[in-house]
Amino acid sequence: MNAMISICKRELGNYFGTPVAYVFMVIFLALTGVFTFYIGGFFERGQADLRPFFIYQPWLYLFLIPALSMRLWAEERKSGSLELLLTLPTPLISAVVGKFLAAWIFTAIALLFTFPMWITVNYLGDPDNAVIFASYVGSLLMAGAYLAVGSAISAITKNQVIAFVIAVVVCFLFILAGFPVVTNFFTDWAPQALVNAIASLSFLTHFNNIEKGIFDFRDIFYFASFIAFWLYVNVVVIEMKKAD
Amino acid sequence: MEAMIDVQNLRKTFGSFVAVSDITFKLNRGEVLGFLGPNGAGKSTAMKMITGFLTPSGGKVVVNGHDVTEEPLKVKSAIGYLPEGAPAYGDMTPKSFLEFIAEIRGFSGDEKRKRVQEAAAKTHLEAVFHKPIETLSKGFKRRVGLAQAILHDPEILVLDEPTDGLDPNQKHEVRALLKEMAKDKAIVISTHILEEVDAVCTRAIIISQGKILFDGSPGELEAMAPERNAVMLTLEGADAGSATSKLERLASVKNVITHKQGDDVRYHIVPKDGKSIIKDIAHLAKDENWTVDEMHVEPVRLDEVFRMVTTGGESVKEVRT
Repeated sequence: MNAMISICKRELGNYFGTPVAYVFMVIFLALTGVFTFYIGGFFERGQADLRPFFIYQPWLYLFLIPALSMRLWAEERKSGSLELLLTLPTPLISAVVGKFLAAWIFTAIALLFTFPMWITVNYLGDPDNAVIFASYVGSLLMAGAYLAVGSAISAITKNQVIAFVIAVVVCFLFILAGFPVVTNFFTDWAPQALVNAIASLSFLTHFNNIEKGIFDFRDIFYFASFIAFWLYVNVVVIEMKKAD
Repeated sequence: MEAMIDVQNLRKTFGSFVAVSDITFKLNRGEVLGFLGPNGAGKSTAMKMITGFLTPSGGKVVVNGHDVTEEPLKVKSAIGYLPEGAPAYGDMTPKSFLEFIAEIRGFSGDEKRKRVQEAAAKTHLEAVFHKPIETLSKGFKRRVGLAQAILHDPEILVLDEPTDGLDPNQKHEVRALLKEMAKDKAIVISTHILEEVDAVCTRAIIISQGKILFDGSPGELEAMAPERNAVMLTLEGADAGSATSKLERLASVKNVITHKQGDDVRYHIVPKDGKSIIKDIAHLAKDENWTVDEMHVEPVRLDEVFRMVTTGGESVKEVRT
């Protein structure tokens, strides 16, 4: 547990010790603004809510989160510090979770900096703050899901670019799992139950529920188990590919 | 006394490639074992298995009474390990890096501070204590790695090329440090610098193609030198031909090689069966009234022994079990 906290602290220090943190924050906030005000039509809609802000987040995360997660393990592998880390007296799972938590906390901080949005909408009208709060929680959970995928994929390679590209593609599939672009691939041959199961893995379906204010335990459970599963994959990948 | 490290029939394969084919040895407290071998011989792979990074394909490793595959955390706690190339986190300073290692090893507060300071002092890191590791020279990086390995005062040290990249003074310091720590620890170092074996090791193991070819003391290793106890003799203005034949006539001499150097003649005299012949030659020189300019026993060339052993030359010594 202590080791996990130390590893988490070290990773966070790495984000803030390099320009990564500041570049990421600035771009995240700038793009959030662009999506909310220009593409989402925040003012034109004339409604006091943050839907234009949240609705584009799955797409923003698609590119920004793999950029955060790509170095988590690829860099350790490349520099050889993986060997150092794995010969310290701490279980592998604590390193995996520690690193994941660091990236997640970092994302939470970035998300926190969007608070002026919340203040603005309260100043302009009378929004349902419970829905907004639920949307923030949902957004953070979804970011965790992206990060867990990205972290596991980062463990496959020592090349950060490859880690980034593969993570984007995998996350893209999970966003669109409920849409014809993915389901058509299965409908011809797979039983309907499987198609439904795949469709139910979509980030969008679960996030949209939460973001609409339908705070269902199943959606929370979906993201939590999704994260747990990918962290497990992360551990297995490192165990398997240690020697490379 | 129970061995600190007990390696039995250790084996590691990557697909069809055999990196370590069969390694067995025991190491006790107070011993400094030098792992020698050509590049790619399996030294690092063996070390990675002893320290619990790689899982053996066969055989077993018991460190301090704990099997490395069954109780990896206990083994990892007992070992200080410097991996190949001394990896560290480049964005950290030696201070923050050592503190990080200390935290993971379970130290906190004053104890943590004390441990970090001691390790940094022993490896002379004070000058670069607050500079990012990625900006440090190779020698300093190696010492950061070493500091990290000795921080928790482990009973067992496994160091993969601890002096690689250090200048002669730094090498000397690190060797002195190893010798000082050797008393109450078991230490394994890998190296391809043979003088290191003489300087710090109490025992040497030569590995090639994943197998142990030699296991013994540095003295025993020297004893295998093909021209052990050869004598170099320089005579002033001697008659090369007659001296050569007189030397060759000595019962203990195998052969004599003659070089002419200006007025002097230099003789390289090889004894039979590595016997000591310098007394015989001294007597001969006295009897013959030669003007001796220089006479000494040639130092053993360990690299020749190493070459002989690893390229499968003559008489490879029986492996000690």
